[in-house]
This record gives sequence, C-alpha cells and structure tokens, in this order.
Amino acid sequence: MAEWINTLLQGVLLGGLYALFAAGLSLSFGVMRMINIAHGDMIVFAGYAAIFTAEHLGLPPALTLLLVAPALAVLGYLAQRLVFNRTLGDDVLRPLLLTFGLSIVIQNALQEMFSADVRGLDIGPLATANFQLGGDVAIGVLPLLVMATAVATLAALQWLFRQTRAGRAFRATSDDAGTAQLMGVNRQHVYALAMAIASAVVAVAGVFLVMRTTISPSDGPARLLYSFEAVIIGGLGSLWGTLLGGTILGVAQAVGAKLNPGWGVLSGHLAFLLVLMFRPQGLMPKTRDR
Amino acid sequence: MKRELPLAAAATVTRASPLSIAAAVVALLLVLAAASMPAWAERSQLRMATEFLCLLTIAQMWNLLAGYGGLLSVGQQAFVGLGAYSLVVFGLQGGLNAFVVVPIAGVVGLVGAALLAPLAFRLRGAHFAVGTWVMAEVLRIVIANLPFVSGGSGVSVAPTVRGMDIATRDAVSLWLALVLGAGSMAAVYALLRSRWGLALVAVRDSERASQSLGIEGRRLKWLVYVAAAGGCAMAGALIFATKLRVSPDSAFSLEWTTTAFFIVVIGGIGSLEGPLLGAVLYFALREWLSDLGSTYMIVLGSLTVAVMLSGGGGVWGLVNRRGWFDLFPTRRRVRGASAGDD
Amino acid sequence: MKRLLETRSLTAGYGDFQALYGIDFHVDDGEAVAIIGANGAGKTTFLRTLAGQLRATGGQLRFADENIAAWHGHRMAEAGIALVPEGRRLFPSLSVEENLLMGAYTRRPGPWTLASVFELFPVLCEFRRRPATELSGGQQQMVAMGRALMSNPRLLLCDEISLGLAPLVVREIYRTLSQIRGKGLSVVLVEQDIGQAMKAADRVVCFQEGRVSLEGAPGTLSREQISQAYFGV
Repeated sequence: MAEWINTLLQGVLLGGLYALFAAGLSLSFGVMRMINIAHGDMIVFAGYAAIFTAEHLGLPPALTLLLVAPALAVLGYLAQRLVFNRTLGDDVLRPLLLTFGLSIVIQNALQEMFSADVRGLDIGPLATANFQLGGDVAIGVLPLLVMATAVATLAALQWLFRQTRAGRAFRATSDDAGTAQLMGVNRQHVYALAMAIASAVVAVAGVFLVMRTTISPSDGPARLLYSFEAVIIGGLGSLWGTLLGGTILGVAQAVGAKLNPGWGVLSGHLAFLLVLMFRPQGLMPKTRDR
Repeated sequence: MKRELPLAAAATVTRASPLSIAAAVVALLLVLAAASMPAWAERSQLRMATEFLCLLTIAQMWNLLAGYGGLLSVGQQAFVGLGAYSLVVFGLQGGLNAFVVVPIAGVVGLVGAALLAPLAFRLRGAHFAVGTWVMAEVLRIVIANLPFVSGGSGVSVAPTVRGMDIATRDAVSLWLALVLGAGSMAAVYALLRSRWGLALVAVRDSERASQSLGIEGRRLKWLVYVAAAGGCAMAGALIFATKLRVSPDSAFSLEWTTTAFFIVVIGGIGSLEGPLLGAVLYFALREWLSDLGSTYMIVLGSLTVAVMLSGGGGVWGLVNRRGWFDLFPTRRRVRGASAGDD
Repeated sequence: MKRLLETRSLTAGYGDFQALYGIDFHVDDGEAVAIIGANGAGKTTFLRTLAGQLRATGGQLRFADENIAAWHGHRMAEAGIALVPEGRRLFPSLSVEENLLMGAYTRRPGPWTLASVFELFPVLCEFRRRPATELSGGQQQMVAMGRALMSNPRLLLCDEISLGLAPLVVREIYRTLSQIRGKGLSVVLVEQDIGQAMKAADRVVCFQEGRVSLEGAPGTLSREQISQAYFGV
C-alpha cells in the first residue's frame, strides 16, 4: 500500500517537472500561436549549459541557473526577433518546418560538442535526500523543490499576464496583433519578449532536469512530447491547466512504470490519447484553437 | 447606352507545354533505364537505386500530406513500421514471400490509417503534427512490448526471401521499388490533375472558402492521409525486405520522417519535381559528407532552416519561381483567347 | 490654423490590388473632417494607412510637420494618432477595463485617464470587469472609442462608428463625439450615414473608387453634387 502511495507521490512531483517543461511551450503558444518543435532540445541545451558552467567555472549547481537563464533569455529573444518572426503569418507550416530543422541542428551540435555519453549535474546528497512522512512513505527533497518551483513559476507567469502592462500586451497581441499595433504595441518586440521569458523558464526546466537525471543529446524530442502532452491534457491557454496536465502525465507515467517497467512512457501517451478522444479541448481550457 | 461587346475568339485550355512533353519522354527513358539496371549495374548501385526509390516514395507521400494536403505529419514512421512488421507477421510467421507481402503491407497501412484518422483529425496544425508523432511512439512501444512479434530487440526476416538467389532478389527489389517510386509520382500526378486534386489545393489554400463552394475538406484530407499511409507501408515493407532485420527502434524510427522532411523541404515542398530533386540532392550530400558524422545532419538541418527563411520553396522553388519549368504541369493555361474588353 | 495632417498623392493597396490613387487630404488643428463614399471606395484603407496598419506605396504623409510615411505601424500611436477601427475590434480575452488600459499602452500624457473615460461613458464603469465582447453593440462602440481616447491622441480617426447601431445609440455616440472635440481633438470620421456626417463635420470629403471626388463645407454642397460624387454617375 505504501508503495502505491509512494508511486502516486512520485508521479505528482514528476508532474512538477513536466509542468516546468510545458510552461515555456504554453507561453509561446499562447502569445505567438507557435509550437516550437525545438522546445525539448532547448531544455536539453540548457541542461548541458548548466553542466558546462558547473564543470568549467566551478559553480555550484544552483548558481548555474543565474548564468544559464539570462543567457538563454537573450538567445531566445534574438532567435524570435531575427529568425522565427520571419516565418509567422498565415502559413502554419513554415514555423513548424523551421523549428523542426532547428531541432535537428541543436541535437547534432550537442552531439558534436558533448558526444553521445550521458551526463548529469552532481548535486551531492540532495539527489537522494527525502522527507519521511511516516509508515514507509517518503518524498524526495529535490522533486518537492521542483514542484515548488513549478508552482512559483506558474504563479509568477499568471501574475505577469493578468496584472502587468506587458501581460496585457501579450494577451492583446495574441487576440489581435493588428489592432494591438494600433495601440502602439510593437509585435516583433512582444513576440521576442515572450520567447525570452519562455526561454528563461526553459532554462529553469533544463537545470532541474540535469539535477534529477542524466541526459544525452538526443533527449530533446521526448521532452517536447511530454511538454506538448501536458499542455493538451491541461487545456490550451491555461497556465494552471498546464500544472494539472503535467501532474496527470506524471502520475500516469509513474503508475504505468510501476505496473510494468516498459509501460511508463506508454501510459503517459495513452493518457494523452484518451484526453484527445473524450475531451480534446483539455481539462481546463481557456483559449480557442484557431 | 448599349455597347457592342466583340465575341471572344475561341480559347483553348491546355496543360502541356513543350518542356513538359520532353520531360515526360525523358522520364519514360529513365524508368526504362532503371528497369534494365539488373543487367548491367553492380550490386551496390542496385541497392542504392532501390533505397533511392523507396525513400522517394516516402518523401512523395509526406509531400502529398504536407505540401498539398496542408497536413504536417511527424508520424509517418508509424506506417513505415507497420509495413516492416507486416513483413514479420505475414512473411516470417505467415510464410509468405517478402515481395508478396509488400502489397499486403499497403493494405495494412491503409487500415491502420483509417483506424487512427478519427483521433488524428481531432487536431489541426501543430497539434496534428505532434499528435501523429505520439501515435507513432505508441505503436513503437506497444510492438516492442510484444515479444512474439518484435523479438524484443529485433528479429531477422531472412527466411522471407529464402529460395531466391541474390541476383533475383536484388532485381525484384529494384523493380518493386521502381513501381513504388515511379508509381507514387504517377499517382500523385494523376490526383493533382483530377477534380480531387484541384479541390485539395483549394482546401489547402483556404478551407473556409472551399467549404462555401461545397468542397468537403475533411473527406479529402482523410483520403490523402490514408493513401499516404498505404504508400509508406509498402515502402517500409520493401526497405526491410532488403535490410533483412526488423527491430522496433529501426522500424518506427523518427528518421524516416526526418529524411522525408529533408528531401521534400530542401528539394521544394508542394511540387512534384521538388521531392525528386531533393532525393537526388540528399543522396549526393550523403555520399559527399558521410564521414563527417553529426556535421552532415547539422548541414541538412541548417539547409532546411535556410529554405524556410527564404520563402519555403526549396531548390526547385528557386529554379521554377515563375512556373516556366513545370515538368509535371498541373495548372491549366488559357491559350489563344482575345480577352474582349478586359 | 495649423495643419495637423496632410497627404499628397498618397497611394496604397493590398498586394496586387491598388485601393488608393493619389489622395490629397488635410486636417487642421481642431477640425472635424468627414469622409463619405460608397463601399469599396477606399475610405477604410485610407484610415488604416493613416494609422499605420497599411504601408503607403507612394506619395507623402505628414503629421505634425513630420514625414511619417515610412514609419513602422506601431509608432503612429506614440505620435498621437488613434484609430477606432471598423467593427470595433475589441480584445476578447480582455475585460472592459483592460481594453481601455491597452489604449494607454504608449503612456502619452493628457486629459484622458480611466477615470475621465468612465465619466464620459458611465455605463462602462458598471461593466468594467466584464469581458469586453459581452457588451451590447453600442456599449462596445463606447469601449472602442474610450480605448482610442486613452492614448491621448491629437488626431482621432473613427471608422464607421454608427455601423450596426440603433439610431438612438448613434445620436448618443455623436453627442459624445462633440463633447470630446471640445477638448481640442481633431477628428476624421468615415461615415455611411451622410446626414450624420454633415451634422458632425466642418468639412466633407467624398471618395470614389480610390480618389477624392468632392470636397467642401457641409452647407455649400448640394444633394446633386454629393450624389454625383458618391456614385460617379
């Protein structure tokens, strides 16, 4: 019994990581209506950047974030402004094809730089520390930390969107970029800003990823799939929906893996397909898919 | 005040041009030349030609979906895999000859797509792309977990070609690949010249406008999705009949879609000539850069990014910007009309 | 009287389709100019070009002594040009209050604030937290106008603000418009309702197939002249 509770708890906390993965995707889709196929690869890239700064600059793992997040935010801003913005328009296919190509470039560039061995971030005792909740039930400190960060991040994003001038501009641009321009909103800049914020969140996700597990250059696509599944299960346009979606995904994977080690990821996919079949708009939908 | 409008002189609507007729002749000659390869080519050349034609088939199918149907599928590997496993089920376990299984694989692909379509079509655009990807992954994992089919990490299908000597095997592979490659191009061409093809392009350009004309976009897209699956499955069965070993990871590898993606996008999406040109370029680049490992993929990826930034038409799009070089013309032209008062 | 806005031989269009063929137009400080014309005459295209949503393909466009023809669209609001777009185009994801606040995005100083807009349109204050698109047509028009005012513009462009509204509501909107003008704002109105246009404007300009076909003070133009200029027959 305790085993099952542990599994459930692990699943929920795994959901926190998935929510972090998905938050960036949710943001860029919400504002730009763009799904970045290289999203997962950017998470992996951030992870490698964290490993690199930890090893070569001797920074403690948590502090790598202070370097990686701003760096990725700048990269994201430039990428959106100089590259992605050029493909946004009526043709839905162009940004998808471009980011697909980009995904391949990133994966193979990482391969060239880091070779195919798995790498991780050494965080010492934090990796296995856990809180005993009594009766053989325990939760890991790191997973709990990740979940807390996910909640905080989503809350911060929610505040940004609802209460700030920039957030209003994001929502207005997402609704009707042409009319937003009449109010003085520079669409190019707004999209780039949204991508910058999404990239910063991706950086956080990447750093936590390499704290929790080891990565290899080709891990990107799987992270994209999990992010996407979390967003769809939760419902488009809802940040808290992304948390719910991530949690459901995490629990599905944990339960599946418990039943049979080969079924972990599959259970997540099946949960996604089930939601797709019976409630395609997701569990907490906010926006309409154009 | 009434004005007399002069009668317009009789106008003719044509599609062919001198270039396209010449291209048709050349194409026929090429097909014949290819068919004769078993008589004069070396084994490695035969195998390369077979691979070329199989990849061309998959690329044409992917192009049909994305370039003409407006459906970006990142999950075509599901059908390549189904084709490969048709070989295992009907060939290895059912005892049929590999080459007989190829058309059966086509049917399996059609059925598989028909079953998946209701789910896939709940999504559009980017979501359709990732959704089809998830479905391919599900198939991969499910089959990997069925040891009696997958043998866990893979199974040899050599028994399906037992009784054929190497020369015959290679020849039949090539001829089948030729049927698939040339056939897929011919089929897509025929489709585009038909009413359905016109409707398809109309739906791709504007679904709402075509709806108002009574064109049922959903039905067309369904047909295209299912047909493309059949084509990919047949190519998959043939490819693995030459590889002689089927494993879940290789059968359902994302690389099938990635390769089709490279071929079509670099060559020129949304045209028939594009994927053909793209396949040639892809093979040339592969020969040229093969010892550079990951750099080769970086080059390909960067090329597709460059193509997308420069308007999306690929190499063929650049060459044929004004449509002068349509080798497979699908557009109708009005000739010899005096346009009255226009 | 200072010239606030001036165009000379302005041309604009959509891709291959040319909509405006050399428009000469001006607005002086404090003036109200009405643009009338049949559907497709280019009135909305003209306003959109002035507001920066469309790039002029030729000719001159000067605002407050600056050449703005080559400016990026979003700079027009910063300069003090506000458009109340055809069809209102409120942001569905935003509440009434948030729509109004979007108008103030450029943070231009001036008399118009959330408080003063609510004073002008008291009914909006009641619905401030509602999604803007839940309001009635007339109320939405008020939001659209309020949103434009929040940018504290020098020039207000109104595109068909009477469209789809009951006559009573239209009268109310135009009464408010004259109140707004009292604060020194210059206005360009595109109007289908010729009677309303004549009443509200200092000068009337008629467009026909992308060209100016008639211009003059309302009192000086006869029925026949207008009909001729409007329909071109």
